[in-house]
Amino acid sequence: MADKTAYERVKAARRPDKITTAELVHGLTTSFFEQHGDRLEADDPAIIGGIGLLNDKPITVVGIQKGADTDENIARHFGSPTPEGYRKALRIMKQAEKFHRPILALVNTPGAWPDVDSEYHGQGSAVAQNIIQGMQLKVPYITIIVGEGGSGGALALSCGDRVFMFEDSIYSVLSPEGYASIMWKDSSKVKEAAEELKLTPEALLEDGIIDKIIHEYEPGDDLSNLRSFLDQEFSELAELPIDELVDRRNQRYRNF
Amino acid sequence: MLRSRFNMPSHEELVKRMDAIPDHILRECPICHSTFFSLRAGTSKTCPNCGYGFRITAKRRAKITFDSFEEIDKQMTVPEQYKDEKYLAKVKKAKKVTGINESVLTGIGTLDKQQVGVGIMDPFFVMGSLGSATGEKITRMFEEATRKKLPVIMFTASGGARMQEGIHSLMQMAKVSGAVEAHSQAGLFYAVVLCDPTTGGVTASFAMQGDVILAEPHALVGFAGRRVIEQTIMQKPPKDFQSAETVMEHGFIDAIVPRKEMKQTLKQLISLHTKEQGYGR
Repeated sequence: MADKTAYERVKAARRPDKITTAELVHGLTTSFFEQHGDRLEADDPAIIGGIGLLNDKPITVVGIQKGADTDENIARHFGSPTPEGYRKALRIMKQAEKFHRPILALVNTPGAWPDVDSEYHGQGSAVAQNIIQGMQLKVPYITIIVGEGGSGGALALSCGDRVFMFEDSIYSVLSPEGYASIMWKDSSKVKEAAEELKLTPEALLEDGIIDKIIHEYEPGDDLSNLRSFLDQEFSELAELPIDELVDRRNQRYRNF
Repeated sequence: MLRSRFNMPSHEELVKRMDAIPDHILRECPICHSTFFSLRAGTSKTCPNCGYGFRITAKRRAKITFDSFEEIDKQMTVPEQYKDEKYLAKVKKAKKVTGINESVLTGIGTLDKQQVGVGIMDPFFVMGSLGSATGEKITRMFEEATRKKLPVIMFTASGGARMQEGIHSLMQMAKVSGAVEAHSQAGLFYAVVLCDPTTGGVTASFAMQGDVILAEPHALVGFAGRRVIEQTIMQKPPKDFQSAETVMEHGFIDAIVPRKEMKQTLKQLISLHTKEQGYGR
């Protein structure tokens, strides 16, 4: 996998036949109960969240879900959450804190949804709250970047104790197209942009931005290894006193 | 002519025959307007066409939802300070129809052997309105659940505050909210099921304070009623603006659950929140 160029990795992260967030949720947990709504104004279908059992222990899952076809992609606006979506995720995460459930966040987004309504409804503010409140959550909080990890829209669900990435995934300050357009006023230089952004899991692991690269899972794969791995990670994090967990988490970001 | 071979019954005879047909043999769904034999609604009293759950008494709901149910504060009723005859007559009739003494039935129920605090509002008791004793019963049930460390399930069905009890009815919204928060602070789980109709002061307090909020299909859920909106600011609200489905789209409901699946969903939620094994401390 590491022999792919950065741009090939971008394409692999975006491929439509990738395992979806919903498939991961249902493959990893049992008795999943999906929660809806931000309790303020909407229910953003780009965000799925709820409660399930991981090895028979309750966890909260929040994730960003792209559509499988054009209709679904329009409904889920291509996996780009609105401010209402981020607020839905945060209210579900705050509830996890109340019931001492650790949080698994699954990220696959080109970025937060960039439309006029999202600006009026405070997209920046919504992401900001997910970051500041996410970093203080008094429960273990693990993120897996499944495909695209686009900018602040991805960071909003990636401020926890561990950040893992699938082999075919990317994580960057903005899309290679956006970078090429801003840096060189030429969005066709996307391959060069992908190289410069250092957005591959290998580059990010070396830089300490992420903690581990996870073997790529395809739709229909048995997820029991991933389940055991997450069970072990959550168990280890749960052993730390809460204050120390939160301190370490904040230190993790203080170091960058 | 064909008709001449038969003895056409007289008008009087037809009226007599009509009277012999028992009432309520057919039923019309207020949501989808389909007509069907009442028996087809089954024990869950749901429309076979659209899944709407007909309004049912609190006692029936307790029976179809919980494995066992033990009532508390059974005798509590409208305080003696209220003496208006019309009001008291209404309450008297409501007691007869519902078999309970206030607009909410409270107690301790079990689901898969797990005890839960239960409150079930009765839409046939003065429209499920929130009287002083209604608020007191719900508050006591929450307090009992907090003491016993039990989750709470609340079925709401209410026209809102009880006008006949004035400001004391309004205060119930705050009183119950205090008990809900104390229960929540103790780390306990609270599920709400919004039933048809959930409106006014009940929506604006404990109906919207659950950790998880479920609703029955097509239940009316709102704050200000259609007529109040139309007559106060002269705005004409859209047809389904307060259906559970619309309210869910606007972010206030976790899931809409058909009545037949309600027991199973509640068991799942209670189990998820009472597991002994977990990563937390």
